[in-house]
Parts: sequence; structure tokens; C-alpha cells
Amino acid sequence: MRHLKILEYALSSLWRRKYKNMAIILVYAFTIAVLASILFLTHALKTEASFLLAEAPELVVQRVSAGRHELIPLEYGDRIRKIPGVAEVHPRFWGYYYDALVEANYTLLEANADHTPLEMLDGHLPAAPGECAIGSGVAAVRKIGPGDDLILVDSTNMGIVFEVTGVFRSPSDLLTNDLVILDRADLIEFFGTPPDLATDISVRVNNPKEINTIAEKIKRQMPDSRPISRSEILRTYAAVFNWRSGMMLSVFAAALVAFCILAWDKATGISAEEKREIGILKAVGWETSDILELKFWEGMAVSLTSLLLGLLAAYVHVFFLGATVLTPVIKGWSVLFPTFRLIPFIDPYQILVIGFLTVPPYVASTVIPSWKAAITDPETAMRG
Amino acid sequence: MILHPGILALTCGTALVLLMMIYASALAVKIVLRWDFSSSSEEQLVLERKSYLVSTIVNYALGFEVLSLFLFIFTLDEIHSLFVGAMCATGSLNANPIGWYALYAKIVAFFAAALWIALNYLDGKAEDFPLVKTKFRWLLLLTPLIGLELYLQVAYFLGLHPEIITSCCGSLFSSAGNGIAAELAGLPAKSMMVAFYAAGVLFLLGALPCLRRPSASFRYLFTLLAALFFTLAIAAIVSFISLYIYELPTHHCPFDIFQKNYHFIGYPLYLCLFGGTLFGLMPGLFQGIKRIPSLKQEMERMEKKWVLLAVLLISSFILIVSWPILFGHFKLADYPSFIF
Repeated sequence: MRHLKILEYALSSLWRRKYKNMAIILVYAFTIAVLASILFLTHALKTEASFLLAEAPELVVQRVSAGRHELIPLEYGDRIRKIPGVAEVHPRFWGYYYDALVEANYTLLEANADHTPLEMLDGHLPAAPGECAIGSGVAAVRKIGPGDDLILVDSTNMGIVFEVTGVFRSPSDLLTNDLVILDRADLIEFFGTPPDLATDISVRVNNPKEINTIAEKIKRQMPDSRPISRSEILRTYAAVFNWRSGMMLSVFAAALVAFCILAWDKATGISAEEKREIGILKAVGWETSDILELKFWEGMAVSLTSLLLGLLAAYVHVFFLGATVLTPVIKGWSVLFPTFRLIPFIDPYQILVIGFLTVPPYVASTVIPSWKAAITDPETAMRG
Repeated sequence: MILHPGILALTCGTALVLLMMIYASALAVKIVLRWDFSSSSEEQLVLERKSYLVSTIVNYALGFEVLSLFLFIFTLDEIHSLFVGAMCATGSLNANPIGWYALYAKIVAFFAAALWIALNYLDGKAEDFPLVKTKFRWLLLLTPLIGLELYLQVAYFLGLHPEIITSCCGSLFSSAGNGIAAELAGLPAKSMMVAFYAAGVLFLLGALPCLRRPSASFRYLFTLLAALFFTLAIAAIVSFISLYIYELPTHHCPFDIFQKNYHFIGYPLYLCLFGGTLFGLMPGLFQGIKRIPSLKQEMERMEKKWVLLAVLLISSFILIVSWPILFGHFKLADYPSFIF
């Protein structure tokens, strides 16, 4: 009960100096919002990446030549198929295409090798040469739909006309936004791929425990191949995003330090009126420990309000405004990437991390000033 | 690895706690050397005021310390996906065994911090600050403990090398394809079960004489039993309690029970165990305080509360862990090859 009364007094005393406290809360909330935006954005991107890879093949085999990714002979696929435990082998054909008209990058993919579930918004996937289906991002940026034509420039600098037969999207926008699906023969001709080569080979494995063994066998039989398992891709994404967000957090730590200096300054610059107030409290029987508790509750109220405001602001910034300020740094992919919406997702862990990053520094920088206020001698304080 | 947000938060938070503790220790040394309650000199007045500052700083620092134990386990759980073969926090710890020492240091620091806060609370109850010298001496021991914890934590995180794709090939060949042992081997379930319940009953019975008689030896015994029960309970969680919660005869992880799939049962479970053990330790450890006249009465009153709280929390803990054993779908007896 006593603690509640002190809390009540703390809240009313904060309210009496609302402008001063509002300034602190605003700056504090802004700092938290910046840090929380970074965490929310990376977390959303990580979730997005795991959605994207949920349907990916267990193993992708690339060929590496002179340390670079090369086209892989189709014959490799036949050799992989013979390894016990391999369920399915598919040579894949895909590539990137830069559209100078709208300054965006597309991913061009053959029609039948696609394993991800595509939700058709309209129309169907290409069934014959000369047809294509496009992701909703491409449809939006080119302002086309089923029945329209998509003109792309091929490797011989010839404009090729494809008829759009469908528009699709999938659970993860990141995956399909920039996708253009073509018939396999069209795609091979478009990129000028030599006849017995594919971009890479996807391998399905029946027993997930055998993936590493199979990868090892592929590597041993075809030393110039580079098998990559899905779990490795996921781990790499996670590590890269963690590293990026950690990097950004370290950069913005400067903002946190600046805020702590402000908090220290504000807490030290205690007004004469406030001093008198503490003096009177002590004169009417408050003990030093009570004043310290009062200051503790004040700090708590300020911290929690700011934390809540900061998290809200970060949520709005990341999930409603698309993290406009941060995306180029964190995403770090092509700047020509079409915009996409992130799936709102918050984890209690993120909130704990943010709380742990921001509250202790504030508390540490206000503890000495509040002690100084608490030990004020009532007599000198009231005399002014 | 150090640039993971959670790891950054942990490292910065613990470093800040250590800084606060060092500052407090510097003040504490002065207080321990110069403290003289009977004196009315200006120096004594200043020291009395400073003792408030030290207590406040340490209270905050140790409060964060308690929270950081949770953040540590959360972070371990979060980073397990970066290691081949790791399936939960256990795998992350096995990726660099120093992590286990960091965890032990954190648990010891948790108890030490909580005991210090209790000591400080008791000191505030008396008019003449009888425990000032004692508590500040203990503080001087607590600071190196936090330092050790920070060192172990940083060494652990720096030694972690997530296995990611390198430019030549997938990483799985660089590590010779050997995943991390994802599991802990539990102690034999049957004998562990007997020992755990026997210790539980002994502990609860040990509370009876403490509530009835003022003798100090019963309190020491109660504290010993609390420590014994805590050790056995942790071993029991790994050995058989986890099996019943996960309903799998092979899954021994003591951290997965924090996850949503298991209805967050880990929180009430560990809260009851740690809280109960803490209150169980206090009567014996603080027995000496009874000799101080200004605290004798308060101590006797508080002691009863502690014993009751310990009994309540430990009984809830036993109830929580026994529930799946008695009423769950899983019966370990159906898997005779897993009972040793």
C-alpha cells in the first residue's frame, strides 16, 4: 500500500512538470524507436527469408569455376540421380534481367521447375511458348495485366514479346514480387544458354538426415560442384541479418549515449522548486529511502512510457511505412528492388532486447542525480 | 558473432552493471573502513548518505543481473539455428563449452544478488544500520563475481563461429560434417526419481521444526536441504522431468520448456524452484543476524515468512513437475529401454 501511495505521488509529480518530462520522454522514445525499427525490420526480413526458403529444395548444386558460379552440365544431374537416397533431381533455368524502362531487376524463371506455391491472382501459368506469368510487383511497376504484352530485350539485343497469361503472388512478397515466369524453351533462347547446360540443379532428398551425406558424395564425385543445403542458406541469412542489425545498433549507440547525457543533465539540473518540494517531504517525515523510491517510480514511469511509445513508433515505421529510412541499409540488395510489404511480426525477445539496451543506460545515468536530490537537507532546501 | 543484437544487449548490460558495481565498491571500501555509527562527525553523516547511494546502485545493478539470466537463455535459444546440429539452447552452449561456465556463473550471481538485496532490505529495517559493514564486505566479493561473469560471457560469445556458407563451398565440409551434440545425457531416470521425491519430502518435513522451535540447527539443516533439493531438482529436470514435459523418451533439454510449444511451463517451473530455493537458503545463512538486538524481533518474524514461502514455492514446483508424470499421456514405463 505504501509503495502504491509513493507511485501515485510520483505520477502526480511527473504530471506537475509535464513539459520538462515530455521533452525527456520524446527524445527517449525517439531513440528507442530507432533501435526498435532496426530490430523489427531485421526480424521481419528473417521471417520473410524463412518463408521464402520453406519450400526451397533441400539441396541446390551449383558449379564453381575459377571461384565463380558457372552454368552446370545437365549430365551432372544424371550422376546425382544415381546416388542412393536422392528422390528427385531437376535442372533449373533462371537468370536476372535489368529492365531499363522502369529501372528494376526481374528474376526470370522457367515454368515447370518452380516448387513454391504460387497463388494466382488472375489467369494461369504459361502453357505455350511466347507466354509469361508475372509477379504482382512486376505487374504494378509495368502497369500490365493478363492479356497485355511484356517486351523484354534478350541477349542478342532483340526485343521479344511475351503475352502475359497470369499474375500471381505467394505468402512471401520477397519471393515473387520481381518474378517473371517463362516457358523453358523461351528462357533458354532468351538468355542464349548453351543446350546442355543449366543454371543449377535442385535435389530433393527423402530423408532429411541424409542431406549432408549426399552433399558430401556430390562434392566428392564432382569436385567442381558446390552443394548448398537449405539449412545452410537459412543459417547464412540469419547470420547476415544479425550482423547487419548489430552493426546498425552499434552505429546508433551514439544516439543512446547522447540521450544518456541529456538525461543526466536534466536529472542534475533540479529546479529550486523541486528542491523545496523534497525538503518539505523530508520535513513532514519522508525518509531518504522513500525519496529514492519516489525517484525510482518516476524513472520507471518515464522509461516504460518511452519504451511503449518508441515500440509503437517503430511498429508504425516498419510495418505501415515500410521502414523507409532503413530499408536500403538493412536489405542491402539491389536498390532497384521493387517495394514490398513486410509481414508484421513481433517477438517478446525483441522487446526484451530493446528494453535491456535502453533502460539500464537511462537508469545508470539518473541514479546519482536522484540520490543527490534525495539527500537534500530539509532545512537548507526550504530556506532556498 | 558479437554483433548479434541480443549479444550486444547482454554484453553492454552486464558491462554497465559491472561499472556500477565497481563504482559502488569504491564507495563501499571507504564506508567499511571509516564507518562508526556512534560518531556524530560530518564524515559519518556523509558516509551514511553515501550508503544510500551504494544500496540504490547495487539494487538496480542486481535487478538487471536477475533479468539478464533470462535474456541469456533467450539469446541462446535464438542463436541455436546458426549451428549445425543444435536444436535448442543446449546446442548453442555445446558449440562453445565456456557457455556452461557462463551459465553457472550467472546462476551463482543470481542467488548472490538476491541474497544481497535481502540483506540490504533487513539492514534498512533497523534504526542503527547494524549490517552496513557486513553487507558492504559482501559487496566487495560480489563485484569480482560479476566481473568473472562478464568475462565468461564475452569469451563464450567471441568463441562462437556460426557455420555459414563460405565462398568455396558449403560449410558442412569445413567442419567435417560433425554436428554439435544437441542433447544432454540424463542421469538414470528411476533412481533419480526416487532421490528427487525423497529430497522434496525431506525438505518439506524440514520446515516443520523451523516453524515450531527457535533452535538454530534446524535452520541450518533447512538451508542445507534447500541446497540439496536445488541440485537434485536441476538434475531431475534434465534426467526425467523434461521427458514427461516433451513426451519424448530422448529429449533432455532443460531450456526448451520455456518455449511456446510447451505452454511456457518453464517460467512458473523455474520461478518456483529458484524462488523456493532462495527463501530456503535465507533462514540458515542469515542466522547470525539474530544476534543483533535491533534486528532480532524483525528476523524472527521474517524467518517464518521465508520458511512458509519456501514451502509454498517448492510444493508448487513439485506439483507442476508431477502433473505431467501423473496425468500426462506419456508414460516412461512404456519405453523400458530408456529406464536405467
